[in-house]
Amino acid sequence: MSGFIIQRLLQAILVMAVMSVIVFAGIYSIGNPLEILLPPEATQDVRERTIARFGLDRPVVEQYFYYIRNLLQGDLGRSYIYNEPVLHLISGRLPATIELVLVSVLGALFVGVPLGMLAGYRPDALSSRIIMAVSILGFSVPTFWVGLILILTFAVQLGWLPSGGRGDTAELFGTAWSFLTLNGWSHLALPAINLALFKLAIMIRLARAGTREVMLGDTVKFARAAGLSEWTIMSRHVLKLISIPIVTVFGLELGSTLAFAVVTETIFSWPGVGKLIIDSIKNLDRPVMMAYLMLTAGLFVTINLVVDLVYAILDPRLRKGGAA
Amino acid sequence: MSAPILEVSDLTTHFFTRAGVVKAVDGVSFSVGAGEIVGLVGESGSGKSVTGFSLMGLVDPPGRIVSGSVKLDGEELVGLSWDQLRALRGSHIAMVFQDPMATLNPVLTIGTQMRLAISAHDKTSRRAADARAADVLTRVGIPEARSRLGAYPHEFSGGMRQRVAIAIALLHGSQVLVADEPTTALDVSIQAQILTEMRDLAAETGTALVWISHDLATVSTLADRLLVMYAGRIVEQGPVASVLRDPHHPYTAGLLRSLPATAKPGEDLFQIPGTTPSLLDPPPGCPFRPRCEHASELCTADPPLEMSRDRGVRCFHPLREMVSV
Amino acid sequence: MKDPAIKPLPGGAPKAVSPWRDLWWRFCEDRVALFAFGVVVLLVLMALFAPLISPQNPYDLSGLSLRDARRPPGFVGSGGYTHILGTDAQGRDLLSAILYGLRVSLQIGITAGAVALVIGTSIGIAAAYARGFVEAILMRIVDLQLSFPPILLALVLVALLGQGQAQLVTALVAAQYAYFARTAFGAASAERSKDYVEAAAATPLSARRIVFRHILPNAMPALIVVATVQIAYAIALEATLSFLGLGLPVTEPSLGMLISNGVKYMMSGRTWISVYPGIMLIILIVAINMVGDHLRDILNPRLDK
Repeated sequence: MSGFIIQRLLQAILVMAVMSVIVFAGIYSIGNPLEILLPPEATQDVRERTIARFGLDRPVVEQYFYYIRNLLQGDLGRSYIYNEPVLHLISGRLPATIELVLVSVLGALFVGVPLGMLAGYRPDALSSRIIMAVSILGFSVPTFWVGLILILTFAVQLGWLPSGGRGDTAELFGTAWSFLTLNGWSHLALPAINLALFKLAIMIRLARAGTREVMLGDTVKFARAAGLSEWTIMSRHVLKLISIPIVTVFGLELGSTLAFAVVTETIFSWPGVGKLIIDSIKNLDRPVMMAYLMLTAGLFVTINLVVDLVYAILDPRLRKGGAA
Repeated sequence: MSAPILEVSDLTTHFFTRAGVVKAVDGVSFSVGAGEIVGLVGESGSGKSVTGFSLMGLVDPPGRIVSGSVKLDGEELVGLSWDQLRALRGSHIAMVFQDPMATLNPVLTIGTQMRLAISAHDKTSRRAADARAADVLTRVGIPEARSRLGAYPHEFSGGMRQRVAIAIALLHGSQVLVADEPTTALDVSIQAQILTEMRDLAAETGTALVWISHDLATVSTLADRLLVMYAGRIVEQGPVASVLRDPHHPYTAGLLRSLPATAKPGEDLFQIPGTTPSLLDPPPGCPFRPRCEHASELCTADPPLEMSRDRGVRCFHPLREMVSV
Repeated sequence: MKDPAIKPLPGGAPKAVSPWRDLWWRFCEDRVALFAFGVVVLLVLMALFAPLISPQNPYDLSGLSLRDARRPPGFVGSGGYTHILGTDAQGRDLLSAILYGLRVSLQIGITAGAVALVIGTSIGIAAAYARGFVEAILMRIVDLQLSFPPILLALVLVALLGQGQAQLVTALVAAQYAYFARTAFGAASAERSKDYVEAAAATPLSARRIVFRHILPNAMPALIVVATVQIAYAIALEATLSFLGLGLPVTEPSLGMLISNGVKYMMSGRTWISVYPGIMLIILIVAINMVGDHLRDILNPRLDK
């Protein structure tokens, strides 16, 4: 088991190193940061000083290693636009995004899995067909469009919920969180639903496919032959059997939801990192883009690692012996 | 024969598929006495497994019991609601399947699976349930049962796994245990062990066994009585020794001749010519007709079941005229 | 469907019907899916013939008048005809803009899907065929990319490449090819281990023959399912990027761009400018996905009864 962990850790580090090279090279190749850093009327003297300050006159390779050295010391550079340390900029906005993502994905999990199991239990029933129709909708309708309709319906027409912002927050672990206040929840509701719909569709599909397959198997038949009620069979046997792929996807979706949050945050003016990255892409704010992409890549690698470990915990066959 | 605990009469189970009606079980009648071991033998596709599931009320759609009756200790099972049947399953009539790797849940411990089966019929404390589970495991021959409750199925050998499955089926002391090829997936040596244990268990607890198998030789060593199934019907039945010594139906005779034990050294094994017929819209008449060397014009009609004392046969040309009483 | 001649033969019997015929027959069994397929065909035809059926050429700026801008559905404009779905911020007839937008969206979705199909399938089959080191490297990259959300990749690429149709398609292809590669690789490596492919490899037949005669036809059904889903996804992704202001130039707006253009008028009650293009977008994506969904169901052998 520990050999397995070490191997996965080394792999993760390698992936991160490769990612950093690709992303740095990609970002280095676009635009001229001087156009952003300097006013058009800047003098030659100011120009040269700026170039020297950001090390723009050095070869790419040197700039890369310079960046990596700073990165390892926890210095992600300064934003060209905000003129603030990137680390500070991102860490200030990350809680908002994490909160939104967690609420959405957990909501999708707890609603989607039961619905999917129901649809897989009786695939031909009317309720199952309705659930599947909803899942196709959730899968198909672009997130931004759902967001617009949610705002139009619940904020503009009905006036029940606010259309943007985080609302009141409360402190926990030295960070402000919306989910600790009622007003915060009212602000969180629409963006969370918006972000959750796509995940909900995925959870429904996964749970349905898994349930359908398990239902045809002998485990369910044997449990029925032992006189277990359908409820016990579903809640104890089937749920546990389908949980492995669901946990895997749950983890992976946690990462991709982080990326999707970009859209939702833009629509609902949610002050998270998603909005930050869109702005930095539009403004060619290299340090912020670079940091965001490295952060996302790092998160992905970590999540993949954790998923593998959880996998090993959930499947007793993997636990002993290590490899499948 | 003691009073029958299980009485099946004219049981008919059909599958309504897109391609047509599959008559998997087509008018099957037999009875099983308390504590009796009955072997239900047939080739794959003969409808023997579907018969087993029909007894349990566990036929998967698009199949269903079309007509007939299954009486367990005098109570009619056909037509009972799902919940009424559920209350009987595992407590009065139980079933084990062929592959214990597929029947046991790989991600739940043996103890959890047994506790779930216990609480399906009895509300007991966890401690009492564990004690009972360990007790039944010990009886099916699992050493140190108590400490093995926390183990997962993959930590057991194939034979031990099947013993666990049998233990789950026996938790509530069912009157009838339907065993569908329970030893087919196991090594020959373990097969023999389990067969002996099952016979002892049945004798000890008074549980009647319906042993479904394609393997005439194995069943013969275990069963009191044989039911030979062909194309959804029971074509011959009777006490094991009597049927083996003196088969009446040409199909049974063919099966016996194809056993390795009856072959002369150096000779090829006998094979019944032809293949099992499709059960999809079968033509009327004796289904064995195309493969039978004794077939005649008569055989285009359905042969009736002729009972004589403890023997029964469905054939117009039985191999030996039955001795009338 | 009611023609008895194309009834499927009962299981086990030799099949005289070609696999594609059989597939089509099974597809038609589900009315809802058939209806969705009809909708897709209709929308493609509408997009193809947009210049013939739309009341106005929305790209012809000389035909527009700002006096007609942002008028509700049913408004009779200075052109003399009724704007059934109203007009947009530039005074364009919304119905015409939607038909042309549909054209742009479909064009981008299908182009991206097709290019990704070709590139992804080639990579997948190449990896399966080459085995060993090449396989390990190629599939490692593909897997890495699969775990990365396509929207983020597309977002960054569009930022790197700049705006325009070709750049957008490139970004979409880069974000999507991995799905085809995975599918083709799976089918091809399952196929390569079969006896007849190994036998074919032992004879002096060219690799091309093995790929085109044996591997591709077997991988095709799964690839078609992926292609349907990915075309729908490309369309949605393009709309999303356009909405975020990172998509196409405004001159030839796609459905996503039309929605984006109308958003600022949405809060003031002029909802139609965004809502109608949105409805068209959703009908398009949902219909394609329903077709793909049903295809997946009938092509999944494990759920075959």
